[in-house]
Amino acid sequence: MPLAPVRVILPGLLRDLAGVSEIEVESPQQSQTVAELLDRAFSEHRILDGKVRDERGEIRRHVKVFVNGEDATRAAGVATAVPAGARVHIINAVSGG
Amino acid sequence: MTETIVAIGTRKGLWLARSADRQEWSLEGPHFLMSEVASVAIDTREGRSNVLAGVKSWHWGPTVQLSTDGGRTWTESAERAVAFPEDTDTALERVWQLTPDPNDPDVVWAGVEPHALFRSADRGATYELVRGLWDHPHRPTWEPGFGGGAVHTIVPEAGHPERLLVAMSAGGVYRSSDAGATWEPSNPGIRAYFMPDNEYPEYGQCVHKVARGQGEGELFAQNHKGVYRSGDNGATWDSIAEGLPTDFGFAILAHPRRPGVVWNVPVADDGERIPPGAQLQVQRSDDGGATWRMQADGLPSGSFTCVLRDAAAVDTGEPVGVYIGTRNGDVFASADEGESFTRIATQLPDVLVVRAAELS
Repeated sequence: MPLAPVRVILPGLLRDLAGVSEIEVESPQQSQTVAELLDRAFSEHRILDGKVRDERGEIRRHVKVFVNGEDATRAAGVATAVPAGARVHIINAVSGG
Repeated sequence: MTETIVAIGTRKGLWLARSADRQEWSLEGPHFLMSEVASVAIDTREGRSNVLAGVKSWHWGPTVQLSTDGGRTWTESAERAVAFPEDTDTALERVWQLTPDPNDPDVVWAGVEPHALFRSADRGATYELVRGLWDHPHRPTWEPGFGGGAVHTIVPEAGHPERLLVAMSAGGVYRSSDAGATWEPSNPGIRAYFMPDNEYPEYGQCVHKVARGQGEGELFAQNHKGVYRSGDNGATWDSIAEGLPTDFGFAILAHPRRPGVVWNVPVADDGERIPPGAQLQVQRSDDGGATWRMQADGLPSGSFTCVLRDAAAVDTGEPVGVYIGTRNGDVFASADEGESFTRIATQLPDVLVVRAAELS
């Protein structure tokens, strides 16, 4: 039986670039990490990858990824587990000047 | 109809000034509002009206934006335009310099932070790391300047595709004679006063900017305390600071046609980063730096701003246009080779880069 997909919800600027406000990603039978989720989510939206992650695969310093309301950077970062059916928010951190 | 455009990259976006006569200017922008634009190139090769911009969003990272219609509309590569290869375990911080190559109309060079050089073979859309410089044994000892550690200056030579010069703060001048495959430091004569034991080291100088003059092998360099001329393509350097109000500054410009004509934008001192005597000015030499005179007509006194290393440019008009942008958001233009300036933009964010060109 297929598992519930993960919804990746994009912030404003990324919505403009992707042309969608969220991306639905299938959940594999084995659990997936944030890194694996973003690989799948961005496979059809390549421009988003360079905005959210640097070329080492690290989430950019002023970007936050929340998995079911929890900040992944305060968990295991890109290795944080993403359960089936999760809601994942990508947001631009409140920073700058 | 020919128009002159002045691209103004700032801490918070890109503006473009346009003029048909270099007297009346219209200002448009911002593009990329709230993103830093530290590098711009106007690519007029083969009649193009391309503008490239090194743009950094504090949230969404650095990229290169490309316009093929003179800066009116912009696109970027879906894949990262400039990216370090996986084996370097390095991430791009900022694109500091974009330089179209005079010998190949498809090639654009990018100087970046951390210290590295990239090459594009598709007119600036995507770039590859130049391994020869990245693998240089000196690289671990190059120190970042106050603004960061970057290749901030790239000087190719028309007619000699094998020759390339880069400069960085603080690493000094490096030259390649094989199109970037191998590199050697080239700082003889450039003083590094801040070094405790040897003021003339092989490398480690804090070069702020290098401009190619029109004399045989002529280059001009503004350093962190020191202004120099080379007559042998950077193999050796001689001080030309005598006669200037100060040897500190960031920007240096060369006339695009006349040998020996150079503009320096003096800054009082490294501990006093304002115009000398609080008079915003350029200093001009017509004899390769042997003598200098101030040009300040139309530039403000009581000025406590600063002109950064790339915030000055010349165009190729007749007479040549000279442009300077300040950290307090003013841009001044001269249509008579610096004899008089008018303000063409004000109240912008800190100006990081100014580039000017004629588009047909």
